[in-house]
Amino acid sequence: MSTLPIAPPAAPVSAPPSLVWRRIRRNPLSFTALCVIVGIALIALFAPLVAPYPPDATDAGSTLQSVSWQHWLGTDLYGRDQLSRIIYAARVDLSVAFAATAAAVAVGALLGAVVGYRGGWVDNVAMRAVDSVMAFPAFVLAMGITAAMGNSTGNVALAISITQIPAYLRLIRGEMMRVREMEYADAARTVGNPAWRIVLIHLLPNCLPPLIVQATLAMGFALLTMASLSFIGLGIQPPQSEWGVMTAEGASQIVTGEWWLFLFPGLAIMITVLAFNLVGDGLRDFLDPRMRGIR
Amino acid sequence: MGFLNYLVRRLALVLPTLFGVSLICFFLTYMLPGNPAMVKAGPFATAEHLAEMEHQMGLDRSVPEQYFRYVTGLFHGDLGESSSTGRPVSQDFIQRLPATLELNLAALLIAIVIGIPLGVLSAVHRDTFIDHVGRVVGITGVAMPSFWTGLLFVYVFFYLLNLAPPPLGRLGSGITPPTHITGLYVVDSLMTGNWIALRSSLYQLMLPAATLGISVMAPVARMVRSTMLEILESDYIKAAWAAGLPRHTVIYGDALRNAMIPVITILGIVFGFLMAGNAVVESVFAWPGIGNYAVTALMTKDSGPIQSFVLFVALMYVAVNLLVDLAYGLADPRIRLR
Amino acid sequence: MIELLEIRDLAVQFESDAGDIKAVDHINLTIRRGEVVGLVGESGSGKSVTSVAILRLIRRPGRVTSGTITFDGVDLASLTEEEMRQVRGAKIALVSQSPRTALNPVIPVGRQISRLFQLHAGLSAEQAKKRMLEMLALVRIPDAEKRAKQYAHQLSGGMCQRVMIGMALATSPQLLLADEPTTGLDVSIAAKILDLLRELGARTGAAILFITHDLGVVAEICDRVVVMHAGQVVESAPVRTLFNNPAHPYTRALVRSIPRIDRDVAMEPIPGSVPSLLNPPSGCRYVERCDWASERCRQSRPPLNEVAADHLVACYGYEERRGAC
Repeated sequence: MSTLPIAPPAAPVSAPPSLVWRRIRRNPLSFTALCVIVGIALIALFAPLVAPYPPDATDAGSTLQSVSWQHWLGTDLYGRDQLSRIIYAARVDLSVAFAATAAAVAVGALLGAVVGYRGGWVDNVAMRAVDSVMAFPAFVLAMGITAAMGNSTGNVALAISITQIPAYLRLIRGEMMRVREMEYADAARTVGNPAWRIVLIHLLPNCLPPLIVQATLAMGFALLTMASLSFIGLGIQPPQSEWGVMTAEGASQIVTGEWWLFLFPGLAIMITVLAFNLVGDGLRDFLDPRMRGIR
Repeated sequence: MGFLNYLVRRLALVLPTLFGVSLICFFLTYMLPGNPAMVKAGPFATAEHLAEMEHQMGLDRSVPEQYFRYVTGLFHGDLGESSSTGRPVSQDFIQRLPATLELNLAALLIAIVIGIPLGVLSAVHRDTFIDHVGRVVGITGVAMPSFWTGLLFVYVFFYLLNLAPPPLGRLGSGITPPTHITGLYVVDSLMTGNWIALRSSLYQLMLPAATLGISVMAPVARMVRSTMLEILESDYIKAAWAAGLPRHTVIYGDALRNAMIPVITILGIVFGFLMAGNAVVESVFAWPGIGNYAVTALMTKDSGPIQSFVLFVALMYVAVNLLVDLAYGLADPRIRLR
Repeated sequence: MIELLEIRDLAVQFESDAGDIKAVDHINLTIRRGEVVGLVGESGSGKSVTSVAILRLIRRPGRVTSGTITFDGVDLASLTEEEMRQVRGAKIALVSQSPRTALNPVIPVGRQISRLFQLHAGLSAEQAKKRMLEMLALVRIPDAEKRAKQYAHQLSGGMCQRVMIGMALATSPQLLLADEPTTGLDVSIAAKILDLLRELGARTGAAILFITHDLGVVAEICDRVVVMHAGQVVESAPVRTLFNNPAHPYTRALVRSIPRIDRDVAMEPIPGSVPSLLNPPSGCRYVERCDWASERCRQSRPPLNEVAADHLVACYGYEERRGAC
């Protein structure tokens, strides 16, 4: 074929700042969501300074009070201020969600890298194991693990992180295998290229964007799982403040009409998860338009 | 033949997964801290009684032996006993399964009937008002905890508006269940012409099905939307436009036909969401299904129902995914004819 | 006698994060009835975009910012969407590249042709099926009855392309747009497809706009050639003239770069690359790669002038040197 001889295309230029800004501007929703998350995290961090009352302070004189100026989100059966409890609960929810996700990323990525590098029967066994774990809907598996290991915050975090590991394992494994292929293709470099170099130079830059996106979305999911587990009585128990527990406490009060008890903790969950999802979606667009696919 | 090939390969994949699932459940049941014999024997058991219980349960055997006993027990339908009801778990399960089934089917119906058209319309009218509504519904629906949605419904529709019954189970008080044919009250009352039971069971089913359905509808709508969008950008759709085919043929004929095939896969994933949401929704509405069974067992640290629930859900999920994959293989001519 | 297709001053832009991509920059193009015109250029030259624009199918993020396209005396922009829809497939048809992906994977291929007969020619299902089988025979697909019931993945690449040609010619269109129809096909299969196109074009009297980056193919089948570079038309000439007397420096470089068996000449790649279409030079877009480039070329865009019978060139450098030749 007598095709036109074309000189190789110019190397892609890294995005200038104006391009970055333009991308952020196109996604005001995600940016707002990011601010919301940062806000919630800060509130949780500085809870003692922000909360109007101590979370466990009971007040027999003002039990079951609706929304008012003294108690913005009302009080519960023992007179505890709901707003303060919700603020302090943010600490538990955010930290468990974060711990579970971080652990899953670390373990999953490490395993994925090892498995992807070794290949062979190790890979086969690992993939079957991953299939088995993923055969359980995540919440149900977390339920089983927490029930078996005993009710504690740590166990809940562990259970949730176990259900998340397969996703990261697969992700990193895929990348590692791709990188290994590239290595073999370049004969000169195959000999004696230490694993750590492969990881740092080839693997990480490619993995980081999808990893970050996945982890952000997973935080929201971890939060939902955790709240649902405590709602049904696993993990965090009353009287500790946690959004799921508080919603459960509020559930029994619905029939007597105290709506503020279940509504606000649940709303807190929803807003936080929504924010994580929006940030995750926005990051997906921002970090790599190719990854975006269809939005 | 293409499909047979596909079938065999797919079945082969299932076996190691089933093995893995049984291993995990075995591990959860027997290997974690805590002595199951102690739980079963009760807090007042003497040391001898405990030892005897351990022997009976095979806890003094080696691990592989215990696993073997566990799996053979499963094949005989032995899921252990519930310390709260005192009956074999398998019996409790069978009794409660229809309730869960009815709830799941109703929720699935709602999710499909609303979710799929919403996803399709969202994709077809991209970036218009409909799309924005669809995407907002999708993205908030996924963020709402199902227990919260359920409580919200109860508060609004029962407490405030008095349009729904109190969340006390499958039938209103004083109403006897219809003659047992399938165990699904709605179906049974239809089949026996029992209008009172029909009305009551539908009335009670309304809110829990809506709650579960909505929690599942959001991911369905999102997935349908993205599938449809991808298809609308494909080469063959562009060729269809260029050939002068009318709009409704291109979108609701050509594109949709292609989209419905991956939607089958989506249904498999949806089932997973349903089973995950089951435990929570049943507990909010005091729905006497297997999810609620597992949750109430938690309070008494009765581990039999819980782990059996986990195992059952996993097995069902594997089975449903297998069926879904087979249906996909039949529906997609690229696999069926090779 | 009016031309079949006349494009005047067509400009198409695409929005992107980085700015507007000026993919087609005010071009003129004419196709006469029954003529086979080759549209040649590197990727990114705007040739595919032009064919999409003819069909009035430019969608977000692209838009047509100027120009008129007149087909058979009618300004296509003046038609309603429904009227334009009736033009597509019936009067102007498209054969695109990657034939397998351009066929719907879940509809039997026969049906994809026969429904066009039903749609555009108003035939009944029975009649359409008959015509479809005739069409399959016409595009030389053996065992037509059996093949018609099959799906795209069961056919070879060459057969898929024949089906696409069958679809395009189903209603005897006056203009056939063939966008790289032989790319990705085996050389021998490609040759057969070219033969088929040429024969069917002659038989039905359809004009063909043959879009390609392959000059060799152009030599085989085209009557006239239009050369595009970076969204601009730089030369237009009858095929023999183009190969024997290329005028524009770009065309010269292209012709020079064709490997030849009879001459012992080294292949010379064209220096540089297609300029950025985001911020293209305001004058001639070939200016960075051109030996004859002058300040005037940079400042203003050379008009497409007739330098010989039916031979149009857009180049200041050529006009200056023409006298000297």
